[in-house]
Amino acid sequence: MKLQVSFSRKKVSEPIIARVVRDTGVLINVERARIEPSEGKVLIDVPDESVKLVCEKMRALGATVEVLEHAVMHDEEECVDCGACISVCPQEVFSFDEEWALTLDQGRCVLCGRCVQACPHGALTVEK
Amino acid sequence: MEKSIEEINTRIRDGNARVVSAEEMPDIVAELGEEEALREVDVVTTGTFGAMCSTGAFLNFGHADPPIRMERVWLNDVEAYSGLAAVDAYMGAASESTTQGNAYGGAHVIEDFVSGRPVEVRAISKGTDCYPRRTVTTTLLLEDLNDAVMVNPRNSFQCYDAATNMTERVIHTYMGMLLPHTGNVSFSGAGALSPLANDPAYRVIGSGVPIFLGGTQGMVVGQGTQSSPATGFANLMTTGNLKEMSPEFLRAATFTGYGVTMYVGVGVPIPVVDLDVVRSTAVRDEEIMTNIVDYGTPHRERPAIARVSYADLKSGKVEIDGEEVRTSSLSSYRKAREIAETIRTWVEAGSMELSLPTRRFNAAKRTRPMRETKVVPRVREIMDTKVVAVAEDEPIRTAAAKLLKGETNHLPVLNGEGQLVGIVTTYDVTKAVGSTRELTVVRDIMTRKVVRTTPEEAVDVAAQKLERHNISALPVVDPAHRVIGMLSAIDLGKLLGGRWQL
Repeated sequence: MKLQVSFSRKKVSEPIIARVVRDTGVLINVERARIEPSEGKVLIDVPDESVKLVCEKMRALGATVEVLEHAVMHDEEECVDCGACISVCPQEVFSFDEEWALTLDQGRCVLCGRCVQACPHGALTVEK
Repeated sequence: MEKSIEEINTRIRDGNARVVSAEEMPDIVAELGEEEALREVDVVTTGTFGAMCSTGAFLNFGHADPPIRMERVWLNDVEAYSGLAAVDAYMGAASESTTQGNAYGGAHVIEDFVSGRPVEVRAISKGTDCYPRRTVTTTLLLEDLNDAVMVNPRNSFQCYDAATNMTERVIHTYMGMLLPHTGNVSFSGAGALSPLANDPAYRVIGSGVPIFLGGTQGMVVGQGTQSSPATGFANLMTTGNLKEMSPEFLRAATFTGYGVTMYVGVGVPIPVVDLDVVRSTAVRDEEIMTNIVDYGTPHRERPAIARVSYADLKSGKVEIDGEEVRTSSLSSYRKAREIAETIRTWVEAGSMELSLPTRRFNAAKRTRPMRETKVVPRVREIMDTKVVAVAEDEPIRTAAAKLLKGETNHLPVLNGEGQLVGIVTTYDVTKAVGSTRELTVVRDIMTRKVVRTTPEEAVDVAAQKLERHNISALPVVDPAHRVIGMLSAIDLGKLLGGRWQL
């Protein structure tokens, strides 16, 4: 499961993720990171059974943690099921079902935003 | 055996016509045989839904009081072509907003109209004795217009090249976003469901034939512009009443970095009148071949790097040079099916009858490239041939002296063989002076990745390179990587022919 971890100005320089890994023994996969002077945002992938533990530990260390459930917003009204998003996505989030309707595997998204650029109909948005 | 169009229409009127989609036809022919399929099937329905820039509508606004000869017209700030009679304009789908750029264009105006949304119309005129008014601003709904007639110069290509990109950067094209190093392939068209793929010889599709266009019944006007059936790239000029159309089958779109376009739904019911039609409608995706071409090549003739079928493209991946590359479509197969299904319901309900072309098209027609009487200037013609260069092992001081003396800001750096290996600017030298690191020779401070051009490159392409990399000069190299000139933004400026100034 993907977790979006944000931490404030003060915490940016602290090794929060490393500490959580050490203390919990959970292997965390960092999929995306944006560290800026005032804040940090990291997208991590955590085994489903360890989500609760990791969340608690992160929060105890002062981070804000959200479970990323709808990484990509897919506006079905705007979408015409063309598939322009499919081949540009490095994570293979998008595919067609047997009826040639676009389907999304949200759990794979790492918020790169390439699909947003590729969609001719403005039907996709990702969490910033 | 042959079947007359009257026979087919009688069955449609009686509610007895057998209508199948172009997707079903190959199996029916395989199972029943051609003769039996001809007896059995009356109509084959086709459909396609994809980006068709060559789309637009003639609009008649009616007369204002006092009347105005609308010489320039904007609809929601998108200019329509108004070099027509007093209160008509042609809104082209690809026209872009004066204020919003490619976020909104002609296609969006058309979609707003068919969705029932109000559109602001502004027009200006010099004023004449018969049309004294000089400006008008009003807000109109589609129903307020006297006429809104969609006329699309070229829709529904028989087939389309698939696109990939062999360069090192992402490129944005009308074939969508193409990743570097052949990272993906995009394609367009519905394959075996595409109208013209089912009648490539133009036997039953021609002028006057009824079609599905944008959700209503329209018709084929004639052979589309740039139609090239002799090379497998036929298309259609189509028309229909915009007032009857639906946003389900007319959708505005923007290709990032390219511009506005319109997704249009087109479908043609094909009357199964003889064995030739049976054979042509029995086509499968496996038999419709197209080339994958490199859109990274900035020339008209783009190299084809693989030949594949629509079945390959639709499978989601193709093999290029032993590597698996993911493919995806720009047009909607789901919508194409919906169109073929809608035609089926119309024909089965007796609300759509078929006809043969009133005028057949020229199946031998072939598109020619533009005859250019004034050739595009090449880099060779405007480059500066006096090249001041520096060797990579010379001291930085030498580079500084050359930059000062040579009155240049770009110093190509050469290796022992005289080949281009880097570039140094006054900025690099300044930075070196301020650096705390021990920097002594040019090699230490040069930029190694040099954006370069060749003498034969079109000036427009070189200008794009300068813009894209935000630089102001390009070394011009020969095939042996020797610098034979420099091209600077100043040289380009002298041309003033890069783009007409408005």
